[in-house]
Amino acid sequence: MVAYFGINAMKFGVLNFPGSNCAEDCFHVLDKVVNQPTRYFWHQETNTTDLDAIVVPGGFSYGDYLRPGAIARFAPAMDALKEFVEKGKLVIGICNGFQILTEAGLLPGSLIKNKSVKFLCQDQTIRVENAKTPFTQKFHKHELLMTPIAHNEGNYYIDDEGLAELEAHHQIIFRYASQDGTVDDSTNPNGSVSNIAGICNKSFNVLGMMPHPERNAESLLGNAQGIKVFESMILSFTNSGN
Amino acid sequence: MKPLWKEAGLTQKEYDLLLQHLGREPNPTETALYGVMWSEHCGYKNTRPLFKNFPTTGPRILQGPGENAGIVDIDDDQVITFKVESHNHPSAIAPFQGAATGVGGIIRDILAMGAKPIGVLNSLHFATPKGKGHTKWLISEVIRGIGDYGNCIGIPTIGGEVRFAETYRGNPLVNAMCVGLMNKSEIQTASAEGPGNSLMIVGNLTGRDGIGGASFASKELDETNQEDRGAVQVGDPFMEKLLIDACLEVFAKDFVVGVQDMGAAGIISSTSETASKAGNGVEIDVSLVPTREAGMSPAEIMISESQERMLLIVKQGREDEVNAIFHKWDLHAVVIGNVTNDGFLRVKEGDVTVAEIPAASLTDAPIICRVGKVPDYLSKTQSFDESSVSLPDDMNATLQKLVSSPNIASRRWVYRQYDHMVQTNTVVRPGGNTGVLRIKGTQKAVTFSTDANGRYCYLNPKEGSKIVIAEAARNHIASGALPIAVTDGLNFGNPEKPEIFYQLEQSILGISEACRVLDTPIISGNASLYNETPDQGAIYPTPVIGMAGLIKNVEHITTKPFKRAGDVVFQVGDFSNEIGASEYLEVIHGKISGDVPKIELALEKRTQDFVLNAIQKSIINSATDIGDGGLAIALTECLYETKFGASIEIPESSYRLDALLFGEAQSRFLLSVAPDNMKTFQSYAEQSNIPISKLGIVNSSGNLRVRYQGESVIEQDVTTLESMNEATFPEMMR
Repeated sequence: MVAYFGINAMKFGVLNFPGSNCAEDCFHVLDKVVNQPTRYFWHQETNTTDLDAIVVPGGFSYGDYLRPGAIARFAPAMDALKEFVEKGKLVIGICNGFQILTEAGLLPGSLIKNKSVKFLCQDQTIRVENAKTPFTQKFHKHELLMTPIAHNEGNYYIDDEGLAELEAHHQIIFRYASQDGTVDDSTNPNGSVSNIAGICNKSFNVLGMMPHPERNAESLLGNAQGIKVFESMILSFTNSGN
Repeated sequence: MKPLWKEAGLTQKEYDLLLQHLGREPNPTETALYGVMWSEHCGYKNTRPLFKNFPTTGPRILQGPGENAGIVDIDDDQVITFKVESHNHPSAIAPFQGAATGVGGIIRDILAMGAKPIGVLNSLHFATPKGKGHTKWLISEVIRGIGDYGNCIGIPTIGGEVRFAETYRGNPLVNAMCVGLMNKSEIQTASAEGPGNSLMIVGNLTGRDGIGGASFASKELDETNQEDRGAVQVGDPFMEKLLIDACLEVFAKDFVVGVQDMGAAGIISSTSETASKAGNGVEIDVSLVPTREAGMSPAEIMISESQERMLLIVKQGREDEVNAIFHKWDLHAVVIGNVTNDGFLRVKEGDVTVAEIPAASLTDAPIICRVGKVPDYLSKTQSFDESSVSLPDDMNATLQKLVSSPNIASRRWVYRQYDHMVQTNTVVRPGGNTGVLRIKGTQKAVTFSTDANGRYCYLNPKEGSKIVIAEAARNHIASGALPIAVTDGLNFGNPEKPEIFYQLEQSILGISEACRVLDTPIISGNASLYNETPDQGAIYPTPVIGMAGLIKNVEHITTKPFKRAGDVVFQVGDFSNEIGASEYLEVIHGKISGDVPKIELALEKRTQDFVLNAIQKSIINSATDIGDGGLAIALTECLYETKFGASIEIPESSYRLDALLFGEAQSRFLLSVAPDNMKTFQSYAEQSNIPISKLGIVNSSGNLRVRYQGESVIEQDVTTLESMNEATFPEMMR
């Protein structure tokens, strides 16, 4: 806890791999927009004791060589991250961060090439499927938000059995939708199974999502709906009595 | 057998001069070094005398041409730096790598200034694809190359253009621009100061890729070029991302006295340029250069264009600290030599001296003064009689054809392949008047654009070039920005031909005059000559203008789409009877002829000042310039991505209806104004002596209705127009 940030400030770490080019963007939102103490967590670090939550940002960690996230998962910081998760602390992986979390086995499924086989950068409506998680409690169920996507490998794949399990445990957090909330093939930008844009683990302390909430956290950039993801995390920290 | 100096691309005159510089016969290594450094690409020997015309100074200009990029003051001790560069020939034969390394190269120019790169733009010129042929492959590979590189390094591609004309079929144009931001105190220079200081090569290994790239860029393309594929470099954006992060970390310390990127002609150009700038010499030991392959000759090492490398001139005794930072980023930083005080560029291989040349002579390529001749085609195109063109029967069909024509159609298919939002500064995205970036921690925003119009410059090199500048500036004004500086990418044919030289000279005169009047000095640039193929001859003269603007308060950012039903639509500026050189004349009548619209720069400047002031008074709800396709196309663009319609009445005049609707009369804007502000706006126009016409009203009908002389001339459902406008690229590229 850091006094000048006020009571109950949540200390964020932004995991920084070589090539994590959205690390600064996440840092900016945490530090300047939601005003929480924030530091970078370098990929060779292992000490997480000062941190309450870790953001695994987007980008091209290690140049996405081999495939996205495949090399990042071997970094020393990843073992520390796994222990951090086991302690029940919050981890959010955005875009490349989501890819890394699936590669590391912290989230089920995998992210493969977009159906169009092209990089896709655009505003995308997503629908909140579960508003009872530490990442989404400031939303209401089926709330729609316009959040940018920017990825080449955002096509979420999981087998039928895995999908059934995700559904049974309400682990699907965001789905791609149309502006009026319809979820179907025509509103699926990348071919993801069941329009999945974001999922949680079973304990709901790890979220992976392809859309970039740090890119719509300020109204000057279009809309500020994405900020509620970070505000939800802070609220859950405050409510947990810290 | 050809003598070596001829093989190296030197002329007899140049060789004689070389002998004078050296006072002896050069050895083969020295000949090769002169060959690349005195190529047009490195030496600008055809263009330097013309560059003297450019206005390059102004109260905001801290650095004009001569460094890796120019520098413009944007207040609060902050500066921006930017430059455009061509990568045409590499992209013609290896489009993915050619385009990717074009982006990588221009980013390093900006990095070498000490700045953090905050945006990239591009200007791409192709022929329209025919079926599944070569051109389609070329376009999609160039776009993929730009996207792959920019996306991976985390610099947003915030703007650009894709234009089509048959002239680019064998010789496409791929120009890339990069923009950087820094504090004044962080500016670096490309100067090898302080004898005894170390030359360090940082970043990638040196290999045989890109050998002779600079010379390759300085000749015409022909069928033998496929053999030049080895002259195309290979890019590694991840390496570049690390290089940027490591360099910015090193620059923040007080270790570095000079920086130069390694682009064309690699080590030889970076070392000789930094040495001659400082009036010093340098000594390099090629055996210290980390190479990718064994057995490279000294000349190969010196001229290799391997990507993602920089030259740092490091204070003596600080080398280990510099290396430690690069090591943290898994990069090497190796001392390859040092600064000397004898003015010589000395290349050693171990103990053996392999070249010893006065450094200044390498960077002072002999100037060639040429004389131009008016091209024959101009007398024909200039005498084109517009009255021979009959009015289309159906303006609705004409409009539909125009909205879906390749030069006017939506570029969404292109820019959605580029990450244009990373760094979270992009307030106005591609597709708008300019790319607008906010500057975190301030109230400011900066605007950037690239513009070219090859057809205009072909049909009137001087006036067409003026229009390109004016049109670029209008885009910034419409965004709410004051245009502050320009970078130019001059893409022309072979300047040894008098007709081409004429185009080049006239174009530069036009650019210079327009930049002077519009107060946008030229701070950097690049010339790409020899854009010719045996089949098609020279490309259109195509100066690409990269422009920057400044918005002091983000509240003034203005965009194209209409904002509210009930707002009043105004045209600023006058209609004319001109259709020559227009998009309309080419697309609808199949004619590339006539003269460009008349441009009067003093009026242009007054009009731009008026519109910007009106925006800053917060009385303008939307703004765009009226350009390709005229008023009708500007109206459609203000309606896209809205749910609105508009009811427009064109004022009575003696002009042709097609000129009123689709003509490209200059110095015009299309604005919408809230009814409450209409009086203020009108009286301000009157005070400023600027012609405005009230054209109609934004409504919620979803239809565009245009009436003239009491009759409906256009009645179109906006959704239909928009889907036609969006469909062209996906269909063309399927």
